[in-house]
Amino acid sequence: MNRRPRYGIHLALIVVCLGMACPALYALQVSTLTLEEAFTIPPKLFPPSTDFVSNVRTLFDGQHFGRLIANTLTVALVVVVGKTAFAMLAGLAFVYFQFPGKWVLFFFVLLTLLMPTELLLVPLSNLIADLRWASDDPQLALTMPFLASALGVFLFRQHFRNIPRELLEAAQIDGAGPLRYLLWVLLPMSWNVIGAHAVIQFISMWHQYAWPIFLQLSPEDQLIQVGVRNSVISGTQTDFGLLMAAGVVASIPPLVFFVLLQKQFMSGFALMRDK
Amino acid sequence: MDDDSRLPISPQAAQRVLLGAALGFLLVFFVPRLDGLAALWDLLRDAIAGLPGFVVDVIDYYRAAPGEQVAYSALVGAIFGAVTTALVAGVFDPARFAHGRTWLAVLAGAGAGALGAQILMFPAQHCTYASDIGGAQFRVGLVVTALGALALLVPVWTLLRGRPGARVQHVAGHFKRSPLPYVFLVPTVIVLAVFLYYPAAQIMLVSLRRKIFPLPQERFACMQNYVDLASDAVYRNSFASTLYITLFVVLFSLAIALAIAVLASQKVKWAGVYRTLLVWPYAISPVVTGVIFLSMFREGGAGLLNWALGSTLGINPGWLTDKDLAPWVIVAASVWNLLGFNVLFYIAGLQNIPTDLLEAASLDGAGRVRRFWRITFPLLSPFTFFLLVTNVTYSFYGIYGVVDTLTPQGGPRFGPGGESGATNVLIFKLYKDAFDTGAPAGLGAAQAVVLFLMVATFTVLQFRFLERRVTYEG
Repeated sequence: MNRRPRYGIHLALIVVCLGMACPALYALQVSTLTLEEAFTIPPKLFPPSTDFVSNVRTLFDGQHFGRLIANTLTVALVVVVGKTAFAMLAGLAFVYFQFPGKWVLFFFVLLTLLMPTELLLVPLSNLIADLRWASDDPQLALTMPFLASALGVFLFRQHFRNIPRELLEAAQIDGAGPLRYLLWVLLPMSWNVIGAHAVIQFISMWHQYAWPIFLQLSPEDQLIQVGVRNSVISGTQTDFGLLMAAGVVASIPPLVFFVLLQKQFMSGFALMRDK
Repeated sequence: MDDDSRLPISPQAAQRVLLGAALGFLLVFFVPRLDGLAALWDLLRDAIAGLPGFVVDVIDYYRAAPGEQVAYSALVGAIFGAVTTALVAGVFDPARFAHGRTWLAVLAGAGAGALGAQILMFPAQHCTYASDIGGAQFRVGLVVTALGALALLVPVWTLLRGRPGARVQHVAGHFKRSPLPYVFLVPTVIVLAVFLYYPAAQIMLVSLRRKIFPLPQERFACMQNYVDLASDAVYRNSFASTLYITLFVVLFSLAIALAIAVLASQKVKWAGVYRTLLVWPYAISPVVTGVIFLSMFREGGAGLLNWALGSTLGINPGWLTDKDLAPWVIVAASVWNLLGFNVLFYIAGLQNIPTDLLEAASLDGAGRVRRFWRITFPLLSPFTFFLLVTNVTYSFYGIYGVVDTLTPQGGPRFGPGGESGATNVLIFKLYKDAFDTGAPAGLGAAQAVVLFLMVATFTVLQFRFLERRVTYEG
């Protein structure tokens, strides 16, 4: 292999990275502008102006962004933890037990791959209205429908099938029951898959937008994406500085979560491919 | 931080802390909400209590049902089942399918088809086989019959194919029989049954109902909603814009992502840093993407793009007000939104390609381009296929956040009466109709079912494909 530095590739990569970051860098710049500055011609692209902090403060004071972020964080974490727990239990049942009706139940889970929640929002919101969750306990309405999915069950089923059976025999000799086996043998071997699953679920919950609108919650019970969308129409003229600040604030938590767990995410899926 | 070779706690302890924190968090969340969960429990209890009544209803229905219509539906299902089973036996090895007893398999297929047809024809009350039904509704009915039959045929085929080794595998290595697996599956099954199966059944039933003048409520109307959808100009325009926005989103996002991933897979210094800098847009939501592009594509000199175009070319296109341009803004925003995710998986795919294969090819004198198209690209096909399905899914409904922020009215108007919107994609129309209290619920449900069938087709194709890959590779 040649080890000389390849400046051409570095240059190309830097250009591509910058190109990809362009919309986000633009958003960062606009988020520092005042209402008037955002409408100047030519657009003020450099240097950053002074209004970032006051824009963010407006979001937190006037549009309860603090509440919205706390809501979304709670909902996303409940779904991540709950779904992981339920999916691991289901994986344990499908891989380490033989029981009558196994294939019927597996087909029952498999078939839900064909039922995207996104298309079921109308009947689902009627159901939630019957349960009185939207009015009494919005957080239940936002989390419960997402606590199980075929994807999670498959991910863990596939992963558990790759774990050598000898471990089970050893554990059985030691007298470990299924739950102890799950917690002290399977769990330590599953962190990559858990990480990959957590990234997907956290980000998809953080991006929830249509479902909270369908629930018609009060403004401070909403999720963050609805908050971002609502800052478009605050006044007669869209305050782009405020809007971009909303976008920036709403993107920080998932970005941090993703970048922190990126390695687990990649290796979790690499494991999946080894069958 | 004085000595980082010694962690303050052991990994086992860290694991216990994490596990305890996770379970504690769940408890703190759910224990104060037991009242809400009790409502779910009541709902489930009522549903289970209503089950015997439902069975009685089914029996009563079939007793009173017009025998001719039921017989026709069973006949159509049986013919469909027999023909498709014969085809499937032909595609797979006929000698292995059902141990070579093809005639028996075809007979089983006919039976499964006849029975499966009832899954959808029972809720439709066999209405499409009535003698006074219109030709269009009858044809929709045939499709519905076939889909119901397929629901039973697919498991039957799986059984008949008899995967060799499937039974021998893992006879050992199980916990001893106990009711525990059912306990473990209870949460998953309850959530899926209540929050997916039940609404899915609801939406299918609602799609068969509509307002029939002069009654104010909706009532059973057979397949009329589907027939009306097919002839509705606004819906057809919406369908067309969905298809071509999807086509370009998928095409561009896959092609650009592959090019970037190839570049990022070169062995250079700081490759890991570059990768992180290339995949992060995955964490940006469709809504945020929408608002960023809204600002960039503003009209007049204040928007980034029109300032650039205006100062160089002297033009100032109305990106979001021109019916030919607005879909392209949606495409651009969606492609950017998808790019990180696609690059991520393509990089993972490229890492899996055995280098010895590429080196052998290069010794044989195959050039870079040839090696890419002959070796790399075919080996990436599972990734391409996976990304194809996720990107199509994104363009079918994930795109809603992008469309709703960029063109909250469904885009510039066109068509007769200006009723169609250039970016009024199916999911956007579906949600808009749902929020519009005056719009008929049945028609909305029918739209959802059609979209659901489109996505389902893609999902099933993906599964077939992956299954085959596993069979031949492993």
